[in-house]
Amino acid sequence: MSDNKHHAGHSHEEHLREKHLMLDPLPRGQMNDMVMESMLEKPTWKFWVVVGFLSFIVVYFLFFKWGVLIAKGQGEAGVMRPDYWGIFLVNTVFWIGISHAGTFISAILRVFRAEFRRPFTRAAELMTTFGLVQAGFSIFMHMGRVWLAYWLMPYPNQRMLWPNLHSPLTWDLLAITTYLLSSTMYLFLPLIPDVAMARDRSTGWRKTFYKTLALGFRGTEGEWTHLRNAMNIFAFAIIPVMFSVHTIVSWDFAAATRPGWSSTIFGPYFIVGALHSGMGAAVAVLAVIRGTMKHMKYFIRGEHFDAIGKLMLIISMAWAYFFFNDYMVQWYGGDKWTQQLLHFHEAGPMGWMWFAMLVCNIVIPWAILWNPKWRATPWLVATVGIIINFGMWFERYIIIPISVTINRMPFTWRLYKPGIEVPMGIGTLALFILLYMIASKLIPLIPVWEVQEGQMAHELKKFGRETVVSVSELE
Amino acid sequence: MAIELKISEVKMSAEQSGKWGMVIDQDICTGCQACVAACAMENNISFVGEVDSGYGRSMHWIRIERFWEGEYPEVKMTANQPMLCQQCGHATCEPVCPAFATVHSQAEQLNLQVYNRCVGTRYCANNCPYQVRAFNWRDYKRPEPLSNQLNPDVTVRRVGVMEKCTFCIQRIHKAQDVAKSEGREVVDGEFTTACAQACPANAITFGRVDDPESLVSQLMKQSHGVKHLEELGTLPNVTYFKGG
Repeated sequence: MSDNKHHAGHSHEEHLREKHLMLDPLPRGQMNDMVMESMLEKPTWKFWVVVGFLSFIVVYFLFFKWGVLIAKGQGEAGVMRPDYWGIFLVNTVFWIGISHAGTFISAILRVFRAEFRRPFTRAAELMTTFGLVQAGFSIFMHMGRVWLAYWLMPYPNQRMLWPNLHSPLTWDLLAITTYLLSSTMYLFLPLIPDVAMARDRSTGWRKTFYKTLALGFRGTEGEWTHLRNAMNIFAFAIIPVMFSVHTIVSWDFAAATRPGWSSTIFGPYFIVGALHSGMGAAVAVLAVIRGTMKHMKYFIRGEHFDAIGKLMLIISMAWAYFFFNDYMVQWYGGDKWTQQLLHFHEAGPMGWMWFAMLVCNIVIPWAILWNPKWRATPWLVATVGIIINFGMWFERYIIIPISVTINRMPFTWRLYKPGIEVPMGIGTLALFILLYMIASKLIPLIPVWEVQEGQMAHELKKFGRETVVSVSELE
Repeated sequence: MAIELKISEVKMSAEQSGKWGMVIDQDICTGCQACVAACAMENNISFVGEVDSGYGRSMHWIRIERFWEGEYPEVKMTANQPMLCQQCGHATCEPVCPAFATVHSQAEQLNLQVYNRCVGTRYCANNCPYQVRAFNWRDYKRPEPLSNQLNPDVTVRRVGVMEKCTFCIQRIHKAQDVAKSEGREVVDGEFTTACAQACPANAITFGRVDDPESLVSQLMKQSHGVKHLEELGTLPNVTYFKGG
């Protein structure tokens, strides 16, 4: 600091320690205890009030309303001709989008050795798994006869009836199932050393629970080698899975014969959109964890919000490019129905949503995330993240119920009015938060061993004018 | 010299060229909706009621579309357009069903809807450019006396399944069975669909499009016949006459 020349060297070091988790090491035992404490800390009455409230929403809005929907039929929802697909599919795409942040943060940043990822890979991976659970719920809510959903699975049956592999929905089912299984395994692998740590520091039912999860991990050199290899394989293997999932989700639309949907750029457009909403959700979750759980201000710092903020800004720019590319190419195609549809988007009765989408997804992130100081402010970045999620939900709403309003049979045009989908969608959100709250009390949210590894093996690398903490030669 | 390629001239396989077809003359259609009523009676179509019907959930396998041309007060009504499943030779609804609930029939060359295989993803309806598929949004009650007139030859559908025009496949089968028992082929005009039978103006003609002698084939040769959204490559089997 220039105003304190006397202690310049010392305070610079202080400043670095304060700024970078990797340069602020703590003894191994202390850090383990911090994470254990954050998990075992006795929940306050506020925690239980929130859990009770969310449980009520889940039971009433998600499960009871779902029962009503099954008993009475899809007529309870707002779907009709021509809007055969409504908010249930909007939510499906939305939650799959949220789930992409986990893999992105954890696998891609791991492969690229971005050190800032270390303290929050687990928090992001949990989002993937819990997000996919909500996506699964949403897509089953959408089905007219959900009790026959197993017909979409290739199961042996006497009539030799198999799922139709021509259908994008079948591809979708296979892709999402693969993603759910592989992301759960990928969540589990780096968790093993941490639950082993928790096992050694707990008693009673928790001891049994962690003992079971830890699979007898003792931390020998051989075990670490196997684990590192497995994680490496998964980190590389799950990246194409992640890309394929949202590309295939986009094909549900892009492969259809509809104006506004049959677009070749939908694959990458959807992936960038998924990352946009996913990073926004990740940063919001991190801000909540940091604000509510013990010791988290040590693990999750301004530098992390700054780093994710940069990513959000870049992804926002990429999304803007793909959005305008999609819009331009469709407009340039000159198909009269597509032109009708594009005018309907911005000038129709739901035009406010189209403009709100652009404000939430482009204007607000660009206006705020360019500033390094603002970017390092957790609540501000989290707010931007939530706004982006509203924008991305609007984007999916525009792509699904608003776009199917306009088709090639003008006689059937009609605007979609949501019904039971709204409370049920809120129910999925409540379940997501509830699962997260329960998980925060059951498993270590911070991958302690990863943080320790980074702190032990870090080095400083210069990229241009920027000094970056990196662990390049670990193995 | 530009090469003009008409879709009707593209060589198609027997599967795609169709077997049963329809000609609808919009010039003589009065829009009386007799076909709509007859279809509902023949095919056990649910009675949706006022509220749901007003919200785009009307359940009809055939509907009369009305359009206007020009701006008020210079409004001119155009010909009524009966719209029903076009029984496409290359249907967009078929490949998208994950459960094989909508399939192409080898024997009749029609698009079949297998009600008990349908799980209700509604992808087929979304992908139908003619928007002629009807979904059972609820289990609708049939008010008296409609509940007493169900056709025993047609399945009654329940909530959560898709349905659509079948070209009265039960009548096709019945005619084929009768002809077979008498050791002959089905004669053109021996039977027709419920909508064609009910039409007081004879605007609908149904028959074999693969038989060049049939009335429907003769009519199709008229120059002012059009097939809707043919440019999508769906190979529809319903021909429309307008402004003839």
